[in-house]
This record gives sequence, C-alpha cells and structure tokens, in this order.
Amino acid sequence: MAVHYYDRDDINTDLLFPGKYTYKCSNGPEIKEHLLEDLDPGFAEKVQPGDIVMAGKNFGCGSSREQPSVGLRYVGVDAVIARSFARIFYRSAINQGLLLVESPEAVDAYSPGDEVEVDPARGVVTVGGEDFGFPALPDEMLEILEDGGLLAHIRKTVKGGGQ
Amino acid sequence: MGRTFAQKILGRASGRDVEVGDIVFVEPDCVLTHDNTAAIIDKFESTVPGGKVRYPDKLAIVLDHVVPAASSKNAAGHARIRRFVKEQGIEHFYDAGTGICHQVLPEKGLVAPGAVIVGSDSHTCTYGAFNAFAAGIDRTEAAGLWITGKTWFKVPPTVSIEMTGHLVGRVSAKDLILRIVGDMGADGANYMAVEFHGPAIGSLRMSDRMTMANMGIEMGAKLAVFPVDRVTQEYLRNRGPDASRTMWSDVDADFCQVREYNLEELEPVVAMPHNVDNVAPISEVGKIEVDQVFLGTCTNGRLEDLQAALDVMGEASVHENVRMIVGPASREVYLKADRAGLLARFVEAGAMVIPPGCGPCLGAHMGALAPGERCLSTANRNFQGRMGEKEAEIYLGSAETAAATAIAGHIADPREVR
Repeated sequence: MAVHYYDRDDINTDLLFPGKYTYKCSNGPEIKEHLLEDLDPGFAEKVQPGDIVMAGKNFGCGSSREQPSVGLRYVGVDAVIARSFARIFYRSAINQGLLLVESPEAVDAYSPGDEVEVDPARGVVTVGGEDFGFPALPDEMLEILEDGGLLAHIRKTVKGGGQ
Repeated sequence: MGRTFAQKILGRASGRDVEVGDIVFVEPDCVLTHDNTAAIIDKFESTVPGGKVRYPDKLAIVLDHVVPAASSKNAAGHARIRRFVKEQGIEHFYDAGTGICHQVLPEKGLVAPGAVIVGSDSHTCTYGAFNAFAAGIDRTEAAGLWITGKTWFKVPPTVSIEMTGHLVGRVSAKDLILRIVGDMGADGANYMAVEFHGPAIGSLRMSDRMTMANMGIEMGAKLAVFPVDRVTQEYLRNRGPDASRTMWSDVDADFCQVREYNLEELEPVVAMPHNVDNVAPISEVGKIEVDQVFLGTCTNGRLEDLQAALDVMGEASVHENVRMIVGPASREVYLKADRAGLLARFVEAGAMVIPPGCGPCLGAHMGALAPGERCLSTANRNFQGRMGEKEAEIYLGSAETAAATAIAGHIADPREVR
C-alpha cells in the first residue's frame, strides 16, 4: 500500500483529468492513461490497487466530468483522504463506489512514510498508529457505496429497470 | 425562523418540511446532458438492456462541447446520441449548431422559475438566474435519473449576497461575480446555496444574472439563485415556460453567511492563473502581454457581451500579436449579432468568429494554446491545462476587458480605452 500525498488545496478536475481528453476517453483503461497527468505525471504507472490518495481542501473542484472518480476507482485506489471535497466530486465518488474520507486531522497528522489505513465500517482512519474518526455517510448514500456505486445499486433495487 | 429558497423548493419537491442537513429524494423537472450523452447511453444500456427512459419528456440533450465534430470519434458519439434520441422519443434534442446548453435551455423555454433542474455539467447552476434550483451532477447520476427519474439532495445552508447600487461604466457583472468568488474563495460556498438579494438586482439584465449564477460553482456552490422580477418575466414571456411556481426565501430566513456589495464601488478585475479565486483589481495587474483573447462561452457569449466588447473596441483592430476568437453562445445570439452587423465588425477588426459551442473553453476543440502562451478569456475557469496546455496561462475577465486587451496586446483596463 502506498500513499500518494499531494500537499495542496483546490486540486481541480483538470489536474485530475485534463479537459482535452474528456470526449476522447471514457472507459477505465483509456482514463488511466491520463489520470492525474498534469498533477503527477507518473501516477498512472506507479499506482497500485489498495493505494491511498491524500490532499488538502476542496479536492475535485471544477467540472462535473467523472473521469477522476471513475479512474481512481478503476485503478483500485482504496480511499481518497482530504481536508474537504467539492460537492460534485463527492457525489460522483459515491456514484462510483469510491470511498472518500474527510478528515483535516488525518491530513495534518500525516508524514511521508506513515502507514495509513481506513476502516469505513468503524469510520476510522489510522495515520502512523493514531486513529481519527470521520463522519459516516447517511444511510442512503452508504447503501449506494456498499453496492459498488449507483448503477450497481440500481441493478439491485430496480428489477427490470425503468419501466 | 423563515425558510430559504433551497428549503422551500426541496420541501415542495419532496412533499415535506425540510431542515438544513436533511436528505431528500426528488424527481427533477429537467435532466440536461450534452456530448457526454454518448457515455451516458453506455451506462444506461448496460444497466437496463433494452430499457426505456422513465421520463423522456424531462430530458434535454444539447450537442455543444465538440461541435462540429473534431474527429471521427466525436462524430460517432454524436451519431449514437441522435439514434438514441429517435429510439427513445426524446423531444428536447438540440443538435450541433443550436448553441451552448446553458444558453439554449433558457432560449427554448425549458427553464422555469421554481423548477428543479440537474445536468451532467457543472455550470448547470446558470439556470439559477431564472429562479430555478439547478445543480451539476456526474454522468453516472444522469444515467440513474434516466432509469429511476429521481435522485437525492442534502438540504444546503444558504449564503446571502446583498447588493446595492448599480454597475458603473465599463464595470460589468463579470467583475462583480469574480470579486465575489475572490472574496468567498474556491470552496467558500461548497455544499451551500447562494441567494442574490438587494435593490441592485433590478438593474441587472438577464445576461448579467446568467453570468453571475453561472459562476456559482466556482465558489463551490450547489446552486446560485436570483428572485423573479419584471426583467425575468420579460425574458420568459415569449418563450413559454410555466412561470407560476416562482419561489423565494422568507424575509427572516436563516442564512449561514451574509455578504454585502455596493456595485458602485467595484472596478474591473482579472482572475489570475491558475485559480478562479485568484482575483486582482485590473489596476494592479500590470501590462501582461497576451497571445490570445477568447470572447464567448456560457459565461460571456451573449449578445450583450458582444455589443459591450465592440463598444470598447470601436474602430480599432485586434493587436498584431493577438489572436482574437469570438464565440456567440447560441444560434439565436449568432443571428442577432449578425443582423446587427456585430459579427462583421469583429471579422473586420481581425477576429475569428467560431460556431456556437464550448470547445476552446475546456481545450476540447479549437483555440488551444502553445506552451508559454497567455490567453485572456471571458470563460469561467482558468485551471492549469484547461485550454489544452499545462504550460500556458489563462486570465479571466469581462467582455469589456477582453476587448481592451485584444486591441492593446496586453491586459488592459477597459475604462482607459478612448
């Protein structure tokens, strides 16, 4: 497990996935190629399933494009931990089944090399041996997340689809 | 304690009294998607193979992001959308050339006061100018809405922006909203609703209000909304939407924050690279040379913007070191500008007029920058890499500032022209 730590606020959707690819890439492998390209050019090659992304406040601000949340989920990122998240990205992450942890304390406590673990069931993130609670999702959203995203949730709950 | 616009509208839509923080499920009146509809069709069809859209009459689809298609892949996406529109009997479809979705929906009468509108585009908040509860969502959620017809909202706290006075000279609504975003910060209204209040509203045209509501997302807002007045009614009159569901907050509504602005104290401002809230008064910016000026987008591509720019430019030509791109926001705007002779004046001055669309704003189509270049744009975002190149700089300003900059070759104060 590695932590990809970006010590900055307002990491926007263009940094997470440049707009020029928005209408060229929509599936996992295509998105992965350009994921975080203008923020951390080596990210796509080094990221491994189970890794964690950590950053400052207002993570994911800007566009409603979903390649950032789809991409982070596709490459198997376990959770994004940030001081705060922009609302469209926050919704989008739930829709993709990507766990977000809002904890300024955990970000403050982190030093490079620290082990980081997230226990969504207990609502606890552990940074270098120290535990921090984070706010649980409301039940309705938790269900979507646990089902693996909105469309998986709909497949489960809306038998036969729309009509 | 009275209730805010967001409380009232989510209360009505969910059929119960709601408090800030409550989760409610609502059926939006309109679900907007654009070129990303092609990707949403994939999600829809893989979730409910052979399924029908639950409320096809609530869908609005506008092809605007990469139009006319820049590649065969874009064209294939557009073709797929046209087939889907026919198969599903979707009435409100606007093909390439109609315009940018946030200009087209109001023009076509699809934006009603008091409506709940969601769109797979972050600038869906533009419709707050017409008193709609309008918020951006992602593609997946749009697919979910096509299937189930409903989604959830958390009732947001509300910031009130109280405005007095009126805009003076070449200070515009763009300068006002950039000033507000600069003061609030990029996340200053995150998860919140923003309500615009005060006697200044009567002096703001619909184009001004659209510019301002459009940029609500740049301070993180879920929605940014104006009340309905005569100006709104005048716009809506011949366009047909139901104007009977107007909604506004109570005078004793509970706002989490109140900010006051006297419009007469404003000066032109510029958002410096690479964040929208990095706002500086133009008097402190200095003569920064630019390579390109882009006048257009859902923020400032309306007839009023084109006219304001020409008022500044007069008979002057675009500076020899500058490429000026003018993008009318819709076919309606394009035609009106053409018939009024505005487009010819831009072309005569050395500018390029492009078809209505979003392309240059997000680096998706035309107007890309080279490494090291600078662009003064009337768009809503100046994020690093947005116009196709990480090593370029984007400065945001008003149509007036864009015009002054285009003729000077460097960022210039429109009040100092002539």
